[in-house]
Amino acid sequence: MAANPGGADPLTPRAKLAVTAGKAVAAASRAAGRGSGSVIGGRVALKLDPDLLGRLAQHLDVVLVSATNGKTTTTRLIAEALGAAGPVVSNALGANMPAGITSALAGGSDAKFGVIEVDEKYLAGVARDVTPKAIALLNLSRDQLDRAAETRMLAEKWREGLAGSKATIIANADDPLVVWAASSSPNVVWVAAGQEWKDDAWSCPSCGGVMQRPGDDWFCGECGFRRPAPSWVLSGDHVLDPHGSAWPIQLQLPGRANKANAATSAAVAANFGVPPQVALERMYKVQAVAGRYDVVQFLERDLRLLLAKNPAGWLETFSLIDPPPTPVILSVNARGADGTDTSWLWDVDYTRLAGHPIFVIGDRKLDLAVRLEVAGLDFRVCDSVDEAVQLAPPGRIEAIANYTAFQDLRRRVGN
Amino acid sequence: MSDNSLRLVWVYPDLLSTYGDQGNALVVERRANQRGLHVERHDVRSDQPVPTSGDIYLIGGGEDRPQRLAAERLRRDGNLSRAVANGAIVFSVCAGYQILGHEFINDLGQREPGLGLLDVTSTRGEGERCVGDVLGDIDEPLGLPQLTGFENHQGVTHLGPTARPFARVRLGKGNGTGDGTEGAYNDTVFGTYMHGPVLARNPQIADMLLRLALDVNALPQVDDRWYDALREERIAAATQPA
Repeated sequence: MAANPGGADPLTPRAKLAVTAGKAVAAASRAAGRGSGSVIGGRVALKLDPDLLGRLAQHLDVVLVSATNGKTTTTRLIAEALGAAGPVVSNALGANMPAGITSALAGGSDAKFGVIEVDEKYLAGVARDVTPKAIALLNLSRDQLDRAAETRMLAEKWREGLAGSKATIIANADDPLVVWAASSSPNVVWVAAGQEWKDDAWSCPSCGGVMQRPGDDWFCGECGFRRPAPSWVLSGDHVLDPHGSAWPIQLQLPGRANKANAATSAAVAANFGVPPQVALERMYKVQAVAGRYDVVQFLERDLRLLLAKNPAGWLETFSLIDPPPTPVILSVNARGADGTDTSWLWDVDYTRLAGHPIFVIGDRKLDLAVRLEVAGLDFRVCDSVDEAVQLAPPGRIEAIANYTAFQDLRRRVGN
Repeated sequence: MSDNSLRLVWVYPDLLSTYGDQGNALVVERRANQRGLHVERHDVRSDQPVPTSGDIYLIGGGEDRPQRLAAERLRRDGNLSRAVANGAIVFSVCAGYQILGHEFINDLGQREPGLGLLDVTSTRGEGERCVGDVLGDIDEPLGLPQLTGFENHQGVTHLGPTARPFARVRLGKGNGTGDGTEGAYNDTVFGTYMHGPVLARNPQIADMLLRLALDVNALPQVDDRWYDALREERIAAATQPA
């Protein structure tokens, strides 16, 4: 990164030009009806000034958030919490690769804090570019295996990338892959945030031994790699801070996973001097995150929109939906952004939906139909969300969809 | 087979269950249940001995290091070879397929001995990974309809004289040798690169495993409506440019 003598203005003329050009392209993209324009704007800006990301972050206290699941929501919760201590800039819409991050930061010249969601594959690079004060690591599990690196290799990349970082790492002590990734860093705050999905960490990331997982604990029987003692603990509806005080978590967002996200966010906020009570109360305001968890009216029915992109995400989602006989609509696509392989459907335990009337839609509804048939469940295959909603028995409908299927769903129901 | 119960062994899910291949176990179990069979399913972790009394053994795909660990532990255990000597049926996918051969290239770039249950030898391809939908014709003596699946691997598997190719690909890479072969089999041991999972995409292969285990020529019909619809869609998708 270029030196900044005098320090009066953090942006060089070249960087300023890049920001302006990026904004102009983004505006043109918006005007052409091609989405928010944040990614294309950032791409143009980064091309004009490859160091722009680092320069934009220079005057900010930055926290990075990465994980397989919960990145966008946790980024939002942390942004709310840090808002108590100063203005925040954040890539709130989930554009989490360098171009999208650059674009988001370019819009926040007055901010004190940068709260940045980062795609798992880009974490090490972004951490190098923006010199963060803190990095929150939530979980790692299988996702988009047709194009992503292997899950354990990703943990290994995190580990190498974070080894030299001066940031405080706030990491989930209950995910062995996250612990493996974080423990190369000298400065880690461990949060017992829990993790329901265990099938990517039966094999010790350090030595390959078989992991033993009695109760909430875990350790490798062969090399001594084990769960670190956490200083923050999610316990039911409370988070225990390092002093042993229990703070209630009363989010509007549903589910255990969001309590875990809030516990981690409280630990991050404390790292920036925002006390847990203040941080948590600000998180209570969040109702929905980029459409997720939103309840919308469609064809005179209430639909709750839930995003689940991979086996771990589906597992957490099944645990938060209303009990039977609440109807459930499932929608799965396999476009580029979803991963084009649908094999992961077989790692999801759909028997958890027994008793729910089930309606199946999406590009890959036939893959789902075979999956549900083999699970011994009753279901209806429908051509559209309209048809599914019209066939569904009374009551609020839970609509669970993977990435592009979720976007399709939002568009159709007018969210 | 004993009484009316089928012993289904799923080998090392802690190491080799990354690509949804547990679906193969679910499909075999479901289709056996639908024929009135009771299924005893054993999921054997890699720190447990493999039972020798199974009727059908399934092994899935996995990442490179777990593949090496699985090969080491299966060699040390020795029971899978004993089971095959007793006539057990083995159906293996991807990393599991390579392990059943004479050797493969492990995560350290070294030649790792396999179990030698299939007359195949695997190396690692130089080019890009083989990723995508596959369409093929299953070896004629097996009398099965077209093969559909999804491949995601970098392996190149050469067949020795006593292994037959399981299929020939029309679309996709299969064994990666450039000769169009996909997978391998001999007697009761089968290997394929196909995920999907392959038995969900090709329920007739699951039925073939059941027929071999039961030593019968035919099984009662079951309702294959959704499998047929999925097969038709995937075969059409594979033959149409994206």
